[in-house]
Amino acid sequence: MRLILDIARGMLSRRRRQTLVSVLGVALGVAFFIAIASLMRGFQTYFVQQVIDVQPHIVIKDETRRPLPQAAELALPDGAVSVNGVKPRDRIRGIRSAGEKLAILEAIPGAAAAPILTGPALLRYGSRDVTITVTGIEPARYRRVANLEKDMIHGSLEELRQAANGLIIGSGLALRLGVEMGDTVIAVSPRGVSLQMKIVGIFHTGLVSLDQSAGYALLKVNQVLQDRPNVVNQILLRLADVTRAEPLAREIEARFGDRTESWEEQNRNILTVFVIQNAIMYSVTGAILLVAAFGIYNIISTVVFEKTRDIAILKSLGFTEGDIQRLFLVQGIIAGLLGALLGCIIGQVMIEGLAQIRFNTETPAGNDRFLLARDWRIFAVASVFAVASAAIAAVIPARRASRLDPVQIVRGAA
Amino acid sequence: MTLLAAEGVTKRLPEGVTLVSDISMSVEGGEFVAITGPSGSGKSSLLYLLGLLDRPTSGRVLLQGEDTARLPPPALAALRLARLGFVFQFHFLLPEFSALDNVLIPIRRRGVLKPDAAQARAMSLLAALGLADAAQKLPEQLSGGMRQRVAIARALANDPLLLLADEPTGNLDTKNAAAVFDIFAQLAAEEGRAVLVVTHDADLAQRATRRIHLVDGRIVSDERDSSPTRGP
Repeated sequence: MRLILDIARGMLSRRRRQTLVSVLGVALGVAFFIAIASLMRGFQTYFVQQVIDVQPHIVIKDETRRPLPQAAELALPDGAVSVNGVKPRDRIRGIRSAGEKLAILEAIPGAAAAPILTGPALLRYGSRDVTITVTGIEPARYRRVANLEKDMIHGSLEELRQAANGLIIGSGLALRLGVEMGDTVIAVSPRGVSLQMKIVGIFHTGLVSLDQSAGYALLKVNQVLQDRPNVVNQILLRLADVTRAEPLAREIEARFGDRTESWEEQNRNILTVFVIQNAIMYSVTGAILLVAAFGIYNIISTVVFEKTRDIAILKSLGFTEGDIQRLFLVQGIIAGLLGALLGCIIGQVMIEGLAQIRFNTETPAGNDRFLLARDWRIFAVASVFAVASAAIAAVIPARRASRLDPVQIVRGAA
Repeated sequence: MTLLAAEGVTKRLPEGVTLVSDISMSVEGGEFVAITGPSGSGKSSLLYLLGLLDRPTSGRVLLQGEDTARLPPPALAALRLARLGFVFQFHFLLPEFSALDNVLIPIRRRGVLKPDAAQARAMSLLAALGLADAAQKLPEQLSGGMRQRVAIARALANDPLLLLADEPTGNLDTKNAAAVFDIFAQLAAEEGRAVLVVTHDADLAQRATRRIHLVDGRIVSDERDSSPTRGP
């Protein structure tokens, strides 16, 4: 095998420039794959991290996945009953016996739970009106499931308790209304309740939708505002181990009947986008590598064509068809390996280059640069892919070489 | 003993042309055989058949009594590696390798000798052919005669029983051609080794101990020197 390697090296070294070009082709494919994969993976990991960080891991809602069965259907389960045009019963919406459920959820090890009530309200300050969603929270519990405190730029969660009707709003909302800390606004709910509320905190998350139209009040205060005494319409859960979110969500839903969504389900649309993104990335870099593979096919074919005499003499010396096939396969693999190695280096340089770029815009988390994943597995995948495609590209000319008939070549050369 | 025997060997191309027609012959150890004949008489084809590079359409070739007709290609390759040596009109040295490395290729492929011993054997072969100083040179740095001698050294690398040469002096001037034939005569004189040379040069053929003349793929004459100086 050493001998085969030596001969392969000798043959490739004769076509140095062509070999270099095809090696560069592979290298570029590998480098682009690495750079793009690093970008995408970096962004996706960051995004998931962000979601896990900011959002609750499980949300229990006051709805069911399927409409509740009608009384007629319950009474006659097998009867040919069809109920049409049912008018929704005017029942109080909200999670039933939330207190008991909360106790059960809090008993789960590694889980923290917080009840909230969300509802719309109109904020009025002077002549300006803005519709917002008010979330009623219990600060002590809410703190354990969300990172609102981290985003506070003025005031704190605790101040909700101290003011009579405290309200924490987003920075964008504060700007739109023109209010500052300590100002009093009027909040009006769809049920007609109107409260005077004092701004006790301002937060800034970077997410425009949140900063411009979200407000936080005490749970009790929001229950008054929404005219829904003692009602809780969501329970938020935060887990020590996020991977448990989906199975646990299914378990909770099965037990309580309330619609329960894990963070994965809530972000399914974006996670699906990631899958598509990855598919696009793989096909683009796959195409680059395909072109590179043609380059390798080309160089090996050229070498085979040029080296027919050498092939003939090697065969007459007693090299088998298998030897000849290996000889050219090895050349493809050498080109692939060189390309992969060079590609890894170029890829690393590209990553470092991308890491230097700074943006002027303010992205959600205040980032001004690319988020790059530096994962050796990206390099490994790219290299394996490159070497494999180089080997496959070399197979066809290698087989052709092994089948050459030395007699015809020797005759032709004489 | 009989090194090589052909029994009714015929080679016909798919297009119907007959290159070699029903040839039976045998070669003993120590013989220096010249195969002569006009162009297209099938002398090269016969050499390739005897050298197991090609398979006969019918008939069989026996190497040391072993029938090679049914052997699979890898077994034929192994026989060529260990027992046969080829020299062609063109030297066919690998251009990227030095003279020494070219001679080492068959030795390394066979893998019997350890690297040191292989190196020593290749060097001694080159030295015996007067190429000791050229060992590290690339083929392109050598003259035509030297290249052909390197090719002979390579053919002898695994100490073959049979050396087959196809117009080995075709590209050489008279002086170098004579030198090559001297080498062949000397090799045939060594115990047990036979040399088969295809040539169209009648003068050179006279240096052989046996001359087989082919016309249209058939043996028309097969004469041995009446008093062979050496060998059986």
